[in-house]
Amino acid sequence: MTKEKRQILIFLFFAAAVLATPLFLKGSYFLNVLVFIGINTMLAVALNLLLGYAGQISLGHAAFFGLGAYISGILTTRFAIDPWQAMGLAGFCSAGLAFVIGFPILKLKGHYLAMATLGFGIIMYITFNETVGWTGGPSGLSGIPNLHIGSLIFDNDWNNYYLIWIFTLGVMLLSINLSQSRIGRALRAIHDSEVAARVMGVNARVLKVQIFTVSALLSAIAGSLYAHTMTFISPVAFGFNFSVELVTMVIIGGLGSIYGSFLGAAILTMLPELLRVFKDFDIVLYGLMLILITMYMPGGLISGLSMLAKFVASKIRGKQSNA
Amino acid sequence: MDNSSQLAQYILSGLSNGAIYALIGFGFAIIHNATGIINFAQGEFVMLGGMLTIFFLVFLQLPLVPAIALAITLATVVGIVFERLAIRPLKNAKPLSLIIITIGASIFLRGAAMLIWGKDTHALPPFSGNDPLYIAGATILPQHLWIFGISILIIILNKAFFNFTITGKAMRACAYNSYAASLVGIDVKIMVLLSFVISAAIGSMAGIIIAPLTMTSYDVGIMLGLKGFIAVIIGGMSSGLGTVLGGLLLGLLESLGAGYISASYKDAIAFIILLLILFVRPEGLFKKKETQRV
Amino acid sequence: MFKSIWRIFFALVITLLMAGSVIAAPPPIKIGALFSVSGPAAPLGEPERNTAQMLVNEINKAGGIKGRQLELIVIDTQGDATKAVQGVNKLIKDDKVVAIIGPSTTGESMAILNIVEKAEIPLITCAAGSKITDPVKKWIFKTAQNDILAVARIFEYLKKQKINKIALLTVSDGFGSSGREQLVLQSKEAGFQIISDETYGPKDTDMTAQLTKIRGGEAQAIICWGTNPGPAIVARNVKQLGIKLPLFMSHGVSSKKFIELAGDVAEGIILPSGRVIVANQMSNKEPQKKKLLSYINSYSKLYNVEGDHFGGHAWDAMMLLKGAIEKGGDNPAAIRDQLEKTKKFAGIGGTFSYSPQDHAGLTKDAFVLVQVKNQAWTLVK
Repeated sequence: MTKEKRQILIFLFFAAAVLATPLFLKGSYFLNVLVFIGINTMLAVALNLLLGYAGQISLGHAAFFGLGAYISGILTTRFAIDPWQAMGLAGFCSAGLAFVIGFPILKLKGHYLAMATLGFGIIMYITFNETVGWTGGPSGLSGIPNLHIGSLIFDNDWNNYYLIWIFTLGVMLLSINLSQSRIGRALRAIHDSEVAARVMGVNARVLKVQIFTVSALLSAIAGSLYAHTMTFISPVAFGFNFSVELVTMVIIGGLGSIYGSFLGAAILTMLPELLRVFKDFDIVLYGLMLILITMYMPGGLISGLSMLAKFVASKIRGKQSNA
Repeated sequence: MDNSSQLAQYILSGLSNGAIYALIGFGFAIIHNATGIINFAQGEFVMLGGMLTIFFLVFLQLPLVPAIALAITLATVVGIVFERLAIRPLKNAKPLSLIIITIGASIFLRGAAMLIWGKDTHALPPFSGNDPLYIAGATILPQHLWIFGISILIIILNKAFFNFTITGKAMRACAYNSYAASLVGIDVKIMVLLSFVISAAIGSMAGIIIAPLTMTSYDVGIMLGLKGFIAVIIGGMSSGLGTVLGGLLLGLLESLGAGYISASYKDAIAFIILLLILFVRPEGLFKKKETQRV
Repeated sequence: MFKSIWRIFFALVITLLMAGSVIAAPPPIKIGALFSVSGPAAPLGEPERNTAQMLVNEINKAGGIKGRQLELIVIDTQGDATKAVQGVNKLIKDDKVVAIIGPSTTGESMAILNIVEKAEIPLITCAAGSKITDPVKKWIFKTAQNDILAVARIFEYLKKQKINKIALLTVSDGFGSSGREQLVLQSKEAGFQIISDETYGPKDTDMTAQLTKIRGGEAQAIICWGTNPGPAIVARNVKQLGIKLPLFMSHGVSSKKFIELAGDVAEGIILPSGRVIVANQMSNKEPQKKKLLSYINSYSKLYNVEGDHFGGHAWDAMMLLKGAIEKGGDNPAAIRDQLEKTKKFAGIGGTFSYSPQDHAGLTKDAFVLVQVKNQAWTLVK
């Protein structure tokens, strides 16, 4: 079986598992947690396109998430626009903004790019906080309507789970397709050495901006979905801390791996729940995980898991050959 | 009160904030020049300075000067440990990894501070009282004088160290070309360690002298670190006059913007300046253009 | 052989005992609580959580309500509205509580209103924003005094001092903006002139720019509306800039923490507060005095600090809930109805009387004015 076909097969297994899970979790609070994991996975995969594939660091990605959420929220509460249309507009505007600032920002490299995206993120956060007339400022925006298709309203955990995860699975599929295409290879080339890629004819400048735009678009759609499922949004969720959390999810999961992004998102979303007693330890743990994984397991936990799987498999094979 | 005294007031607070930004900026510049990395955790040294001083002052009931000395020493030790454990093993790692590690360290230090001291804000008593003085229609606190005085002292010491001592010149040599420096017998590893020591010491000092004015808590490091970074970007990563001017300029623009445009967007102004500089003139305002090796 | 018989015997005894305790005790009444125990609003949430816990333990020791124990499920929202939303969902769907007390802040309360209304669970919040109960919502009640009343108190005092030109410095969050709305509204009616109307962010560390502008105007007094640490910084900045105008604060800082943070510069600041922080200065004729002193004492026995204004909100919420459950049982709709019927309940924050049109329950008398003198609160007569 070719590598591509195997990737599709793994994806189908994953998708089937995702779609079947709620049947075992009827009415449980855990379903609610899984909805959040879904949104975070979408965001992590979107960021992975930029960070993992193209190797461009963004410490301000929560800004696009927030932009999508607020545009959707404002359009549906103050202007009574249909939520689906609002989502489209939110995605379009975020993509537009990303496209415009992408050109100057992606000329920067390394630390400068990190700081510039950080600065951008903070500017957006301050804007969310200060334009009180539009966004409700620090008190947030409430009363955002739920999404609906005909008479099916997405206002409970069961419906929201499927809504979110169908989108997330779509984004993951998009990612797989992208990585298997010419664009994916070009991005990996840029990641390794931008100058070499350029010499080989890759239009690095445009390609980086394009992937930045796609990443922003997907993050904004995630934001829109978040707004309609929570019915309430406030700037706190879209600040620097969340941007760092997203980067952490991608890194500890595994750069360039979409299942890694899922793993990272799942771990970080559940960490506050698991640590209920030691909840003050969460920030320390984030920092420690980032450092340790970067130093000792650069491929992320997903690479650790696959090493573990190979190790177990070889032991089994060893036993079989000894038997 | 008329417009000129308002202006004088804005200029004054702008300059005093700017001095702090310059000091923090030194920390970035010194480490960057010695190792090529940007230490995201620089802001946390600043935070540690203030928090540790309060800890020694309040819980161990030490008088002010020993508390400050101990705080700076402890912050420096943290810097050394950080360099040894996290930076040295990864001398040849990808730039992305180094960025992530320093970000991780900054998060870790912040989280540790939160665990130990909680999320409360704490007030450090001013060094010599709270009664304002009047200069040119603006009020200035004694603490402002301390800030200016200590900043000037540190700047002078800095300049003296890097230009007139063997160790300082050796560090500058490492900044230009660490391989060549090691060929002439300079121990690059020690230089790197030293850069962290100096940056942590200066950073924590900056945190201590500003704490009486703005109070301190476990997360002040983020903003202060970022503003220090902006200062050093404007100054072109220099560990001398450029960063000083960068810090002062940033402080002034911020203060004037807050006063005449909008106080709520004060931080946004600082970051817009950052983006403008990075987009238009990333090598800073005070440096000649350089070419980068591929 | 004997050993195994003994083992089986013990196992049986233990199992029977456990089964007995499970069968014998009726299920506890589950009450949810959302407090910002940690984070920026900790001075509000921590005393509230402590007070609620203290009361639940007292009630349970005395036999519970109608023989059933109370179970208090506390969620720390860290002052974050998003966590409040997640928390309230968990309390309603997972823990299946019959009533909820808290949250501590106006912003969080506004965020969860729709969810609680839809789930039809009664909520008694400890936050002060008038918008929470105005317009009245069927399932939402509050125990903290309204900012309407706080502003009225301050303006009453200003009128007596013949001050009519004021400067506003309010924080840009829910509490501050709600207060600001009231200040602007009531200024018109009272004939006050607002010379400056400045705002600051909840995380700002330097308000000298706004105060420099105020200093350049003709205001005769400054009213600052926010919760710690902002107002402490404002107080310092005022001193720093040599501004000699009288400084008023909101009830958002009526706790010792404010005096701690501001230090010397807090001297002379006046603000409206519930009576609890000056309880021992009240005249013996006031009906609340005994209750206040007893609360302060029991709280300090357990927690080594005095019960304060914010803990009082939780006290009122918990006791109102207790009364409602005693009269109506543990069905959420019955609790709601009983709450609405409450008349003249003498609490810590004041005397509460709810009605279908009024879920805030207090009048202007719920507030007194206090001033900082010698680093402590004194009653302003």
